[in-house]
Amino acid sequence: MSAPKLRHRGAILALQIGILAAILMTWETAARVRVLDPFFFSQPSLFLARAFTWLTNSGPLLGGRSIYEHLLVTLVETAGGFGLGVAFGVAAGFLLGRSEFWSRVFNPYIQVLNALPRLVLAPIFVLILGIDERSKVALGFTLVFFIVFFNAFRGVREVDRHIVNNARLLGANERQLAWHVLLPSAMTWILSSLHTSVGFALVGAIVGEYMAAAKGLGWVISQAQGNFDSAGVFAGMTILCGAVIVIELFVNAAERRLVRWK
Amino acid sequence: MAHASIVLENVTVDFGGYHALQNLSFGVPEGQFAAIVGPTGCGKTSVLNMVAGLAKAASGQVRCGGRLVDSVQCSAAYMFQQDALLPWKTVLENVLLGPLLRGAARRDAETLARHWIARVGLKGLEARYPAQLSGGQRKRVAMAQALICGLPVLLLDEPFSALDAQTRVLMEEELLTLWQEQGATVLFVTHDLEEAISLADRVLIFSAGPGSRLKADYRVDLPRPRNVVEARFIPGFMDLYRRIWADLKEEVLASHERSKASA
Ligand SMILES: Nc1ncnc2c1ncn2[C@@H]1O[C@H](COP(=O)(O)OP(=O)(O)OP(=O)(O)O)[C@@H](O)[C@H]1O
Ligand SMILES: [Mg+2]
Repeated sequence: MSAPKLRHRGAILALQIGILAAILMTWETAARVRVLDPFFFSQPSLFLARAFTWLTNSGPLLGGRSIYEHLLVTLVETAGGFGLGVAFGVAAGFLLGRSEFWSRVFNPYIQVLNALPRLVLAPIFVLILGIDERSKVALGFTLVFFIVFFNAFRGVREVDRHIVNNARLLGANERQLAWHVLLPSAMTWILSSLHTSVGFALVGAIVGEYMAAAKGLGWVISQAQGNFDSAGVFAGMTILCGAVIVIELFVNAAERRLVRWK
Repeated sequence: MAHASIVLENVTVDFGGYHALQNLSFGVPEGQFAAIVGPTGCGKTSVLNMVAGLAKAASGQVRCGGRLVDSVQCSAAYMFQQDALLPWKTVLENVLLGPLLRGAARRDAETLARHWIARVGLKGLEARYPAQLSGGQRKRVAMAQALICGLPVLLLDEPFSALDAQTRVLMEEELLTLWQEQGATVLFVTHDLEEAISLADRVLIFSAGPGSRLKADYRVDLPRPRNVVEARFIPGFMDLYRRIWADLKEEVLASHERSKASA
């Protein structure tokens, strides 16, 4: 990386921080002079202080758990929904992508299921699976599955004809073709949607917790809201933002490793 | 290296009503190096595809080594006109793919692949991905990938058209050396008449499409082993070139007129 580029980077980061500070300061001022009602909008000094208290107390605070325990619950649910969604999405996309016949048979079902706003399934999952982690994993799964499925399907379908022919002539049988050509092609599509899928897994976990749960970050936010504690809501959201940034860092690293060849 | 003759009998190729080739017949005996020349769009690639078993003739037969070609050929190496390297594999992985898929041990395949990469002049680039190579370098990887298996039939579709003149001569020499070692039957498509004459035993001229057929069939009686550059200075070369060019020019012009008329 050349020196001017580095300087550029520093400038960008400085501006990004500056913009955040400006927003927070405007918000704070607006709340103090009552342009914004702190009852609804809280104010940065309050909710940042709350988040700080939560983060510095590792003892039980909220519902008998520390904020770290809640965060962990949410992250485990996210990972569960994401992992299952990817596994089944890849498998289904791969199988249907290989078979013209079955992809036609399943086409209307997939279209309808995909069009359905799957968040409405949250209460049903709670009924079937209970209010613990499993119902949140299930919700995240239904969100992630379709994204991964469609991308794997396209990856298998739209692999370059010449590459397939080349591999066949080089001696690939069906299994080898799947391993050396179709799977890598599907992977590139799946990876392009990695950010979206991880995001949706998190949405599944948070929304599920928000609707019915006894722990997790979504539950913390919904509790605060139930107590008209807007500082608690925003503090929860601040911590959620931090978690998202960390997750994104991991996703970026994974992406860079897996599509080195691009 | 038996059973590698190529025979096309009354082959017609149909693309939804458009007959690219009509009643095309020719045969290439085992071990012969045949160049195919013809105006663009006349069906040269289609012929290679049929011999490789990737495309089917609407009517007529394609035989390879006496056997009817009805599915993907395992005795033919094919260097495609388009880029067909696996973009997610490195140069090394691309080149060792053929032996690996055909059951060689990974270590042996790798040793062989390194040898071939050096042979096409890409030593040191083993760990690059195709996206990190120039067009000419990619062509050379494709060449190593196709030739490494030492198959009895070689199908080469404008293999050297993306190379600079110097590299091109090197690769042509390499191909001739290899062919002399292995004695494969070669179908070599090119637009470059000089290249066709200096490499091949025989030059087949296709007529302009639609309904392209074999317009002319020239034997090249230049002595072997040949040096690609020096062959061009052998007395018979220019004479042959002029005669073939006269035939080819007619077809190129006809093709051009037709495409203008339909535009
Ligand atoms: N999949 C296809 N569908 C419809 N027409 C096709 C298809 N493939 C080839 N053609 C047509 O068939 C004819 C022969 O094509 P082919 O690729 O064999 O030509 P070619 O001789 O290799 O040309 P070039 O020298 O430009 O590579 C062309 O007119 C082309 O437009
Ligand atoms: Mg062609």
